[in-house]
Amino acid sequence: MTSKRFALTLAAVGLALGLGGEAFAQSKEVRVYNWSDYIDEQILKDFEAETGIKVVYDVFDSNEIVETKLLTGKTGYDVVVPTATFLSRQIKAGVFQKLDKSKLPNLTNIWPEIYERIARYDPDNAYSINYMWGTTGIGYNVDKVKKALPDAPLDSWKLVYDPENLKKLKSCGVMLLDSPEDLLPSVMNYLGLKPDLTNVKDVEKAAEHLGKLKPYITKFHSSEYINALANGNICVTVGYSGDIFQAKTRAEEAGKGVNVGYVIPNEGAQLWFDQMAIPADAPNVENAHIFLNYILKPEVAAKASNYVSYANGNLKSQEFLDEAIKTNPAIYPTPEVLGRLYTVSSIEDSKVQRALTRAWTRAKSGR
Amino acid sequence: MADPKAPGANPLGRWAVIGTPYLWLLVFFLAPFFIVLKISLSDTTIAQPPYEPLLDLSLGWQGVVDWWSGLDFENYWLLTEDELYWFSYVSSLRIAAISTVLMLLIGYPMAYAMAKAPKGIRPALVMAVILPFWTSLLIRVYAWIGILSPEGLLNAFLLKIGLISEPLYIMNTETAVFIGIVYSYLPFMVLPLYASLEKLDHTLLEAASDLGSPPWKSFWQITVPLSLPGVVAGCFLVFIPAVGEFVIPDLLGGSETLMIGKTLYNEFFSNRDWPVSSAIAVLLLLVLVVPIALYQNVQSREVEAKK
Repeated sequence: MTSKRFALTLAAVGLALGLGGEAFAQSKEVRVYNWSDYIDEQILKDFEAETGIKVVYDVFDSNEIVETKLLTGKTGYDVVVPTATFLSRQIKAGVFQKLDKSKLPNLTNIWPEIYERIARYDPDNAYSINYMWGTTGIGYNVDKVKKALPDAPLDSWKLVYDPENLKKLKSCGVMLLDSPEDLLPSVMNYLGLKPDLTNVKDVEKAAEHLGKLKPYITKFHSSEYINALANGNICVTVGYSGDIFQAKTRAEEAGKGVNVGYVIPNEGAQLWFDQMAIPADAPNVENAHIFLNYILKPEVAAKASNYVSYANGNLKSQEFLDEAIKTNPAIYPTPEVLGRLYTVSSIEDSKVQRALTRAWTRAKSGR
Repeated sequence: MADPKAPGANPLGRWAVIGTPYLWLLVFFLAPFFIVLKISLSDTTIAQPPYEPLLDLSLGWQGVVDWWSGLDFENYWLLTEDELYWFSYVSSLRIAAISTVLMLLIGYPMAYAMAKAPKGIRPALVMAVILPFWTSLLIRVYAWIGILSPEGLLNAFLLKIGLISEPLYIMNTETAVFIGIVYSYLPFMVLPLYASLEKLDHTLLEAASDLGSPPWKSFWQITVPLSLPGVVAGCFLVFIPAVGEFVIPDLLGGSETLMIGKTLYNEFFSNRDWPVSSAIAVLLLLVLVVPIALYQNVQSREVEAKK
């Protein structure tokens, strides 16, 4: 769920890495395909030093691209990290193999509550382990929002989905995720509908509401908001928690006085999971298990979370987390807030998928 | 042994020369096209690959029959049911056409000035036109985001000199798409124009001038008609890729910029509907084949005329 910035450049770098790896194409390697900007590189170096297995690490920037590659087959990857809603469908398509849990002794470290929720997508957690999880909430420019809307309801979806509020925020810039699966459930939540994507009528109602907000929205995009928010080009966005923290960090580094905030609205927000799984045609299944087991180490999972500012599904890792990460309720929500977070089903009916994409296009373009 | 100078003396070499481009077209154009066409006639499903039926040769002839009977034109009908596709095609053609006209208006004077420049500096000018290609297209389009955005260079500059008091909203509009396309494709317009203007016979213009023709008339009646092949080549070279453009409208355009490239992307990646996206691609090809055929026609007539 991270960025799309310099998408092709990164893909090119990934390609170069992938090709470089050909020379080592013997048994002592593991090929990992993960989101861009989504790991502390030191983890990979430590893994290589500890196990002697070379990591060939490629990155991607969208679930759709990964899914297309996986469905084409023979990706050559040993570990892939799709989001659970996508993973669920990919399991049904026969893309992944069941994990050999005897090779994953570190599974004892997991966070049962998170894995129970993941079981909705991956029954019995048979095919995947959790890498990171996060929420989809509101990111905002503290000063600009205060100026444009002095009595802004900062703890509610009303901030962005109430037309009256959004109208006033238009002047300082609004960006929303260009992903119906991640955005429409929050609109449904605001409208008091069940935040899920199984009912075509509800999907259309939410899209229609979004169509009304269209005049006040600068752009729909799934990653540009990171820089736009950090530079002060926009003042409010609906986006992924970790991305907005990234914007906050960048704004602080730039030192231009842009102050970024993130909030999980009181009505609840969407919970998502990025899962590590092994493709059915993976060339190095053994090494893939060793890699997953390494990621399941508490210190390693904590190191990853400290770097990317997302929570992970490893309960034992929490004692190794940075204080700033562990105590930030927007990353590790309180149990009460966690209870209010909802998950969205995976779309399997192609008619529902078509209706969703179509409603989305209509909301965005008026056509 | 026959006389080696006679035509067709070495039929094998002759066929190899003629056959190579055809083989190229067969392997890199026709074969992929038939694969796309085949997928466009199948149905979407949750599987690997995500469409059915698949040709199963292990079943022998029965496999071929089963596969064939599973194909239909359903996806093409779907394209007629929703006006979205029609709007996307028309909008792409419109944006490409307007961009082409803009590029001609900007590119012609540029090419003309280059052709008129002293011989010594012409290679440097050609180099200057080609130079941007040394940087990736993506990076150059990203640079435009930095220039056009509300807090970008252009607005900072205009605000500083006091020409405007509010930032201009160019980014994420169709204007930005035009700027991006014109900027990115301009060299493809300038180079063929320059090529045809540079080899223009100057004695014709001198003769016209001796016979009392004013410069604008000579330009209009001699230079323009003689540069027409360059104009046609330039226009097609920019128009055809601009119709299918995806990156520029995605990065610079707003959500209401509907283009067929984006619609195809949505079908393929968001809907995972390879069959429908293949159908769109086949139709797009048909839309583009018409101008390409026209271009071929113009060219072959020219070759005829020169004989």
